[in-house]
Amino acid sequence: MALLDVKDLGVTFATNDGTVTAVNGVSFSLERGETLGIVGESGSGKSQLSFAIMGLLAKNGRATGSVRFEGQEILNAAPAVINPLRAVHISMVFQDPMTSLNPYMRVSDQMAEVLTHHKGMSKADAVTACVRMLDAVKIPDAKGRIRLYPHEFSGGMRQRVMIAMALLCRPDLLIADEPTTALDVTVQAQIMALLRELQAEFGMATILITHDLGVIAGFCRDVMVLYGGQVMERAPVDPLFETPSHPYTRGLISAIPRVDTHGETLVTIPGTPPNMLRAPKGCPFAPRCAYAGADCDDHLAPLTAFAPGRLRACNRSLEELA
Amino acid sequence: MVTANLRAGDLSRITDMAEVKGRSLWADARKRFMLNKAAVASLFVLIFITLFSFAGESIAPWTNEEIDFNVIGSADTKGMPSIASGHYFGTDDLGRDLFARSAQGTRISLMVGFVGTFIAVLVGTVYGAVSGYVGGRTDAIMMRIVDILSAIPYMFVLILLLVMFGRSMFMIFVGIGLLSWLGMARIVRGQTLSLKHKEYIEAARASGVSSWKIILRHILPNLLGVVAVYTTLLIPDMIMAESFISFLGLGVQEPLTSLGALISEGSKSIVQGSLWQLYFPLAFFTVTLYAFYFVGDGLRDALDPKDR
Amino acid sequence: MTAPLLDVRDLRVSFHIRRDGDMPWTKPRELKALNGVNFTLNAGETLGIVGESGCGKSTLARALIQMVPATGKVIWQGQTDLLTLSPHQMLAYRSQVQMVFQDPLASLNPRMSVGSIIAEPLRTHHPELSQAQVKQRVQEMMERVGLLPNQINRYPHEFSGGQCQRIGIARALIVGPKLLICDEPVSALDVSIQAQVINLLAELQRDLGLAMIFIAHDLSVVKHISDRVMVLYLGRTMELAESQALFAHAAHPYTKALLSAVPIPDPVKERAKTMIPLEGDLPSPMAPPSGCVFRTRCPISQDRCAREVPALLGIGHEVACHRVNAATLETV
Repeated sequence: MALLDVKDLGVTFATNDGTVTAVNGVSFSLERGETLGIVGESGSGKSQLSFAIMGLLAKNGRATGSVRFEGQEILNAAPAVINPLRAVHISMVFQDPMTSLNPYMRVSDQMAEVLTHHKGMSKADAVTACVRMLDAVKIPDAKGRIRLYPHEFSGGMRQRVMIAMALLCRPDLLIADEPTTALDVTVQAQIMALLRELQAEFGMATILITHDLGVIAGFCRDVMVLYGGQVMERAPVDPLFETPSHPYTRGLISAIPRVDTHGETLVTIPGTPPNMLRAPKGCPFAPRCAYAGADCDDHLAPLTAFAPGRLRACNRSLEELA
Repeated sequence: MVTANLRAGDLSRITDMAEVKGRSLWADARKRFMLNKAAVASLFVLIFITLFSFAGESIAPWTNEEIDFNVIGSADTKGMPSIASGHYFGTDDLGRDLFARSAQGTRISLMVGFVGTFIAVLVGTVYGAVSGYVGGRTDAIMMRIVDILSAIPYMFVLILLLVMFGRSMFMIFVGIGLLSWLGMARIVRGQTLSLKHKEYIEAARASGVSSWKIILRHILPNLLGVVAVYTTLLIPDMIMAESFISFLGLGVQEPLTSLGALISEGSKSIVQGSLWQLYFPLAFFTVTLYAFYFVGDGLRDALDPKDR
Repeated sequence: MTAPLLDVRDLRVSFHIRRDGDMPWTKPRELKALNGVNFTLNAGETLGIVGESGCGKSTLARALIQMVPATGKVIWQGQTDLLTLSPHQMLAYRSQVQMVFQDPLASLNPRMSVGSIIAEPLRTHHPELSQAQVKQRVQEMMERVGLLPNQINRYPHEFSGGQCQRIGIARALIVGPKLLICDEPVSALDVSIQAQVINLLAELQRDLGLAMIFIAHDLSVVKHISDRVMVLYLGRTMELAESQALFAHAAHPYTKALLSAVPIPDPVKERAKTMIPLEGDLPSPMAPPSGCVFRTRCPISQDRCAREVPALLGIGHEVACHRVNAATLETV
């Protein structure tokens, strides 16, 4: 049984201007210890996907479909079901650590609370465990600094605290939503190296959500490419970068400016991302796709496997794209 | 779809295309406001009350000064509201028509509310915007002045003014206008401070736009939302202040009246059983206040939507 | 030889920071955001400026257009020192130097239509133009940056991020500047849109002969568009070189570390690359380290680095490091 099994997940938001479709029929599964990267641009629905899994959608959001964690349905589950699961088995790291840390509480109290509440540990034991975890995320002088308030840490250190907090209960699944987007590139490198080490050490399945294909390349075993709320392609990381099977993935990879190669003009994807207020009927990428035909506006082929571990959703065959 | 690949040849084709009309934030807000039923209903109520306050006297068979000698002395029995006698809202103890007096009183109350608020908006917005935009020492001094003025017990000064210089509409406007802009100045200054660091202000400064034009073109239009909301909440405050003064018997002078004065008179009539003298002015008073609050609420939701 | 378009000498910017609760008479603490920066820029050239947050790169941009008080010299076309000009005299130069900002939506007044946003600099510097002339110039410029001219009456919130940045570029270019300062113009944009804007900027620069200062934290973006690149750290220049040379043979340990930290979108290369880890975070600019400001995180620092400030040495490829031979660019 897969650790996480997502089937036909849809997320819509009721807004003043109408219904916004953020995620549209996404299915995937994740095994224990697996690292999956979800890559997409803004509006691709990548963050809402993780919020839906965690049951953290905003009030005007509605999720449909099914999300099973170890066989148990958790989508739209009662708080009594999802709350214990959320803290102990699934945890999340956000882009901006300041929003998820209480600025008026010492780090020690916030971290210990997780353990005293969910594991029934005594306060003293909990603090000791927290210090050990802060050591594990390489915060120097963890014993002394655990007494500080969140704002007394730098951005990188705060993200380390968040990661330590997320790992306190040794979760089976860690969802990291743009964990390094707000950080400088040197600090990003530190945090990604740390996440890699911790993943190897604790062996939790990890979903890394990011817009940065470079970050994905160094961390994940599998990659899922999202566009307009739908999965365009899923593949192990090496073949994805080597022989991307979807026109969008191809465009995305060649649009990235790189430090390791030379080149004059960047390849661009013309046009702008779709307006999800009017979710496209067919392939969301069709208006920007060089290979799109009339059929692409009407329907999109379902995500199908074409090689071991590789799936794609595109009306054009691989030969047609060659 | 707009792409980077437009070339000169496309120009003629594009300029032929009709200009697309924009949807400004104001238009957006108007649309949202119109969807708020309570606010729109309140707006209509306000319009109706304003119309009544101006046209009411000409509809009424009696003027607000005329005394109905049939009624005088026995207002509690003969001065009841009736269509036949032409006193739609009844009369007061002196036999004056309450319909006409209500219309006239509402007019005075609304006028105090609007004029007082107008002064507050004008002075407060300019003062706050300048203070916030210039900043530094100027800001500190200007805001300390506001602090000092706010420390003056406002009602006390107003009563003192009315006692010293006599009761008049003018004195009420002076008294209310003198101090009512303080809150507005504070709010506008706070908003300006946060607007000042927006990149579009920086962009305007960088391209050499003068400070005065920046305040006029970039700061004020972006302040208007807050000012509009605060204004609709300030008007009922003003009406309330005037009513309080009038209730104490220090308001406008007879034969003029205001809602506060009418309520004050009406409350004295409770013992005689002529309750209409209280109910009609009180109804106008509360309905007006509620309507303003609902409109203010609607405006706030329309101008400052959280999902944007 | 003609004078460079811009000659910046010993540019310094200090902020005086008052802590909350300080008494009015306590001396505010000094934050040196820029500490003696030198560079020249020729007409039509692009200088990339990179560094992490807090390195002073945005302050540099604002100092050049006098949005923050600076000392030193900023010599325009070999003649005028812009820092000595009165605000009124400066007005004439404001149309020569224009800026593109980081946040595309925040840099546009939400209450103004796109047409009046783009027209604002034109109205300021050319008040003699008629309404129709302004409109025509605005529509031509919209066309030039890849916007549909019939959208002139629309409002910023009706456009996507990439289109808003095009509006910002149109506003900067409408008065025909000689120098365009871009402060992180693409860091708020999606990858596919980023490429569009970078290409647009490069194309406009080529066609209009603009000089450009391109500020970014993203080395790969800077590499793409710059002729020369300057690396800043805590308000000081670490390295300044031709773009090709800097990316092929970085000499300064900070530049090397910065380059190695950039994730490469190629799993094979990314796994194979050797990272030069930088320990810790940027020191507080309130209390910068003595000597070389980078020494606290430098993998090869020595005693000397704490005592002496390294000078920026070298011809063509300049490096400020005691451990690097400025002539051979080898670490010693």
